[in-house]
Amino acid sequence: METLRRSMLFMPGNSPRMLQDAAILGADSIILDLEDAVSLTEKDSARILVREAIKTIDYSAVEVIVRVNPLDTEFGAPDIDVIARVQPHTLLIPKANEDEIRLVDKILTKIEAEEGFPSGGIKIIALIETALGLENVFNVIKASPRTVGVLLGGEDLTADLGIERTKEGEEIFYARNKVATVCRALKVDAIDTPFTDTNDHEGLNKDTARGKGLGLTGKAAINPRQIETIHSVFAPTQNELKRALRILEAMEEAEKEGQGVFSLDGKMIDAPVINRAKRIVDQGVRLGLISGEGGAK
Amino acid sequence: MKNLLGREIPDYIDGYGQVKPFQGSFSNCGVKTRSAVKLTSVLPKDQKVLPSLDDLFDRLKITDGMTISFHHHLRNGDYVLNMVMEKLAARGLKGLTVAASSIFPIHAPLVKHMETGVVTGLITNYLSGPVAEAVSRGRLTKPAIMQTHGGRARAIESGDLKIDVAFLAAPTADTYGNINGVYGESACGSLGYAVADAEYANVTVAITDHLVPYPANPIEISQIYIDYVVKINSIGDPQGIVSGTTKITKDPVALIIAKRAAQLIKASGLVREGMSFQTGAGGTSLAVAAELKKIMQDEGVIGSFASGGITGYLVEMLEEGLFRSLLDVQCFDLKAVESYRDNPSHQFMSASMYGNPHTKGAVVNNLDIMILGATEIDLDFNVNVTTGSSGVIMGGSGGHSDTAAGSKLAIVVTNLMKARLPIIRDKVLTVTTPGESIDAVVTERGIAVNPRRLDLLEQLSQTQLPLMTIEELKQLAEKITGIPKPIETSEEIVAVIEYRDGTVIDVVRKVKD
Repeated sequence: METLRRSMLFMPGNSPRMLQDAAILGADSIILDLEDAVSLTEKDSARILVREAIKTIDYSAVEVIVRVNPLDTEFGAPDIDVIARVQPHTLLIPKANEDEIRLVDKILTKIEAEEGFPSGGIKIIALIETALGLENVFNVIKASPRTVGVLLGGEDLTADLGIERTKEGEEIFYARNKVATVCRALKVDAIDTPFTDTNDHEGLNKDTARGKGLGLTGKAAINPRQIETIHSVFAPTQNELKRALRILEAMEEAEKEGQGVFSLDGKMIDAPVINRAKRIVDQGVRLGLISGEGGAK
Repeated sequence: MKNLLGREIPDYIDGYGQVKPFQGSFSNCGVKTRSAVKLTSVLPKDQKVLPSLDDLFDRLKITDGMTISFHHHLRNGDYVLNMVMEKLAARGLKGLTVAASSIFPIHAPLVKHMETGVVTGLITNYLSGPVAEAVSRGRLTKPAIMQTHGGRARAIESGDLKIDVAFLAAPTADTYGNINGVYGESACGSLGYAVADAEYANVTVAITDHLVPYPANPIEISQIYIDYVVKINSIGDPQGIVSGTTKITKDPVALIIAKRAAQLIKASGLVREGMSFQTGAGGTSLAVAAELKKIMQDEGVIGSFASGGITGYLVEMLEEGLFRSLLDVQCFDLKAVESYRDNPSHQFMSASMYGNPHTKGAVVNNLDIMILGATEIDLDFNVNVTTGSSGVIMGGSGGHSDTAAGSKLAIVVTNLMKARLPIIRDKVLTVTTPGESIDAVVTERGIAVNPRRLDLLEQLSQTQLPLMTIEELKQLAEKITGIPKPIETSEEIVAVIEYRDGTVIDVVRKVKD
């Protein structure tokens, strides 16, 4: 089953307490951060701490993503070399561009061979936070078959564009559209930029819904208190679930009778509608909203 | 000898006396007597107001070896205990026993009086700060006696704890000794912990900084118990008495624990019309109240009462109609003081009414749900809230044992690890509350239900809650923290832990330097 990535929680890589508790906060994925959350003087110790945390702490309930430093800094290469050897699920590559993703892929392939890990096991998420990265996002994703998603970094992107970042997010409308469309085209996850006011839950709710409405599949969080809101936006509603289940039931009936196209409540049901219904039911099962047999709980 | 919990306790302890071992939460109940009170009649011509503390002490004839008492409603803002002890020390008194319902860091000058022999005994329900440290290091001549809030009222009423003079800090007093805690610069609200002292001490003195014409209104403690009234400039620092607000924690781990605890409560079936609830003022405990509130609202349930030390958050729940009343032994913040003063549904209770096991029924007996803290829990669910991770005293039962024993569902909420130490141990260093009265332990990584509560386990197994055995929880923590080295203590007993019924549940031994 594919990894569910509704929420990705950033956790500073230099905080033992947060690393210890990261897995129990309810996020689908946790991003153990070696980049922006860690000051220059603590890069080495944070790298060791994150390595030991992955070795020691039971993270089996979550996807462990490590944000390494960019490869054009002195910290990027040692980050990958040390962290990949303890087999995190995924690396998050900042300021991603095509060449860098290709290079990371090569390094990972080498380490996996050295360590006897399955080749291609460690995945990549590209952090799109420059104008160039955004415009070239299709090729960035295509640069490695390991790439399972894109995370949009709204703060750095707007800085690169020389525009103001606002709570309403009008300025990243295009970026969200672009990332969502390309990711849907290449069938990878499209993760929205975090909402930075951690006390404004209504604002977070609106901002998350805005991203979901444009086709983004999940959202990054910078505080554990944001997770519940994000999940509530990305969860299918009871009505959506009921309708999806009815569509699949009708499909089974139609298949028995050998019909390719059929109608439900007077509306034509075709492949895209069926696929969408399957996605919703699949998510409902994974979230425990309905049982695996397809019956409502 | 060993008591019921297997704690090794001598039959006789120097400075304490013969030990009655703990034999189970309700084994020492049944027919009991209250002690008769010695008093001096006040005649129509008599005046109670004295011009100064010196005049008071000239009149009182306190002698070496007497027991004097204080309440802790002024908490870490209390000036009265220090002021009285200073005067008694200056008069050359020795061998006094201080029976204060709690001791806070502000009472640090007591350490000096312990070292000079002015104070040789200490009886209290909660001990923190420099005095706790000094007791733990063996600076007090006799072992300190640590009681519970209900147990202290019981001890006073039964005559086990005989008070020669009670000094009652009074935020408001009139000239004939009627007292309340709701007006004046040092208003603290309910005076629940002062009642037994007032009623049973041989001599009772009201010390106030807000003397009003007769009669004070309202009257919380009546003139019939008060011998003298003394006005001083200030009885306390309002900053240390009540906090302005009590805030719910933002700590994500504490919030997860709170949510789980609330789900457990819901699954237990106790969220129903007329339910009752108590929780402490700590961050996680208060967060449980917030989570429970959502459930009560969803289910449209109105509770009968919330009790204990009352916070603004419980006042909000009262005002929003989630409870019909509050039963208040102590106010924790200004909002609680105002509500207690102005809202008739916010009622007074004495410590005895709150938790004394030897009455015709304490409020804790009516309690459905109790949320408790812990510094350590062991595999038998015994809880330590008396000594900290270094073996030094840092608290005490307060109402912990009383509410755990009385309530239908006593839940301990705690982080599984604190400051890199696991909270669940094979044996706790000090037993404050026996495991038989703890029903469940809720942590961020799992919930353990006491095997004595098979009914609860059965109910919870129908839910998605992460149930584990207490052994599994312990292993989970130790996998991360390792097993800490045991604390080294000497043989010397520095404190005797009395259960609410007066039996000895444990002792605290001196920590090795």
